[in-house]
Amino acid sequence: MLRYLLSRLLTFLPTFFGVTIISFSFIRLLPGDPIIVMAGERGVSAERYEELVQQFGFDQPLWRQYIDYLGGVIQGDLGQSFVTKKPVWDEFFALFPATLELSVCAMIFAVALGLPAGVIAAVNRGKLFDRTLMSTALVGYSMPIFWWALLLIIVFSGMLGLTPVSGRISLLYYFDNTTGFMLIDSLRSGQSGAFTSAVHHLVLPTIVLGTIPLAVIARQTRSAMLEVLSEDYIRTARAKGLAPFRVNGVHALRNALIPVVTVIGLSVGTLLAGAILTETIFSWPGIGKWMVDSIFRRDYPVVQGGLLLIAVMVMIVNLTVDLLYGFINPKIRKR
Amino acid sequence: MPLLDIRNLSVDFATASGQFRAVDGVDVSVDTGEILAIVGESGSGKSVSMLAMMGLLPWTATVTADVMSFNGQDLRGLSPRQRRDIVGKDMAMIFQEPMSSLNPCFTAGFQIKEALRLHLGLDKKERHDRAVELFEMVGIPAPEDRLKAFPHQLSGGMNQRVMIAMAIACNPKLLIADEPTTALDVTIQAQILDLLTGLQKDTGMALILITHDMGVVAETAERVQVQYAGQKVEEQPVADLFETPHHPYTAALLAALPERATSRHLPTIPGVVPGQFDRPKGCLFSPRCKYADDRCREQPPAPAGTELGVARCHYPLSAKAEAEA
Repeated sequence: MLRYLLSRLLTFLPTFFGVTIISFSFIRLLPGDPIIVMAGERGVSAERYEELVQQFGFDQPLWRQYIDYLGGVIQGDLGQSFVTKKPVWDEFFALFPATLELSVCAMIFAVALGLPAGVIAAVNRGKLFDRTLMSTALVGYSMPIFWWALLLIIVFSGMLGLTPVSGRISLLYYFDNTTGFMLIDSLRSGQSGAFTSAVHHLVLPTIVLGTIPLAVIARQTRSAMLEVLSEDYIRTARAKGLAPFRVNGVHALRNALIPVVTVIGLSVGTLLAGAILTETIFSWPGIGKWMVDSIFRRDYPVVQGGLLLIAVMVMIVNLTVDLLYGFINPKIRKR
Repeated sequence: MPLLDIRNLSVDFATASGQFRAVDGVDVSVDTGEILAIVGESGSGKSVSMLAMMGLLPWTATVTADVMSFNGQDLRGLSPRQRRDIVGKDMAMIFQEPMSSLNPCFTAGFQIKEALRLHLGLDKKERHDRAVELFEMVGIPAPEDRLKAFPHQLSGGMNQRVMIAMAIACNPKLLIADEPTTALDVTIQAQILDLLTGLQKDTGMALILITHDMGVVAETAERVQVQYAGQKVEEQPVADLFETPHHPYTAALLAALPERATSRHLPTIPGVVPGQFDRPKGCLFSPRCKYADDRCREQPPAPAGTELGVARCHYPLSAKAEAEA
């Protein structure tokens, strides 16, 4: 087990370097000079410009800049933001809890609805529920996130007034962000109504961000279940006199989980990409919004560091998924 | 009154190309303590008729019967819940492929204890003790360790023993073994058959053995029923059937046994079992029967009397000499 873990961690290395190269070169391929962007409309004098070029090391050849950057990364130094002058590392971890909170809620939403929906659809294959669910899932999967978000805001916030339009909590409440997770902090603050307000603010972003994973999980669960339901061991389970709920929900679902867990793992990447749009629309102060802002500012260290950290998160999730396979189906553990 | 009494059982499947009759007017009856063998080629409806009785067919199947009673209880019109109380408890079934019939995600112990909790309501300790006892009964060495094993860690023969242990867990009155040895090595086949007949003797349950192996029939069963293309074509006690088969199909099956071969080439039955689209008008065996005439090809035969093994034939073979003629 430990050896397997180590060998998997080794395969991380090429991916890790790949991400550093891609993030380093792509942001530099974008037109726009960070110094000019930073100076804004006031402009900058030629001498000051030269000074800044030297300060940021843009006078060095590209490979030299990359080696310097990589050297820093290996020592755990992701550099400082051009704009705020704060270390990328600190900025990331100040904002990451907001994104994590939203992503976890979206994932719970997607799994809690998608898994049972897929199972029920598979068991009732070809019937009305199955057809309705699968066509709805297709719509959900194909829908542009920003349009869906705006639609929900118009209906639930605008017309019905049920949910707030943006932000993480009502301005009435103020407390220290000890953990960065609003649901936890609001509970710990002990202020009445704070937690409810935090939940209210989470509802729409969660639905918006969770819609695509929900559709993917429901469809994947259904097709995996259909395959498993025709297996011999399902007949054995029924021959024992087990109730359909136990046959489908325990004997079949456990076997169907492997492909479902795979798409859940892959959805985490989609989720972080979706978070960029969702956070922008709902003014959610997470890393998605932070990354978008940094790209517009040509804040090289932030974009590079942020991408790298997100990539590492996705890699960790995928490793967890691989380890889960063996836990779900012990036959896979045997290599 | 027999333990299991089925009369005129028919099973139709709704397929994309129309209705397909897999079982056509089959009677099955078996008594407590009896071993009945059902033989026939693939596609003769042996398994389907038993699955229909257990209520394990998919929803595309339509099951009809004049009589379908088990242990004095009418199985027709039972609610799914009522049927689940019988299935797995009083009637149990084991299947052909032991490796794929056990769930790969759960230990053998989990799968056997599940039935014990459901039907007998035993507590954790009792379930464990009973599972160990069952594993010992079916000859699994080191039962404590095997209970913790997953199916892929056990051999095919061992998995079939686990399946048998699961099937007899709740002391069923009837055990149906659907080709239990087909997927196993020859040496293991004999062991599993000995185990099944031994258990049958010890517990006094009824055993229905579905097989296409006449050798297995001769060694284990007391009574045989031969099925062809969804119909029962003959039924006799084992010794009589091997001595004087009355249906030409049975005679041909027996003649194809290597032990009985007289010439250098093994006799075969030409052709295949009719499918959905080439069902003959008259006797279903007529296209492959060497005795068939126009009457056979035009009129479906009615079953003969019990003295002729209820053979579904216009010209049942009555003496051994005639069978060889």
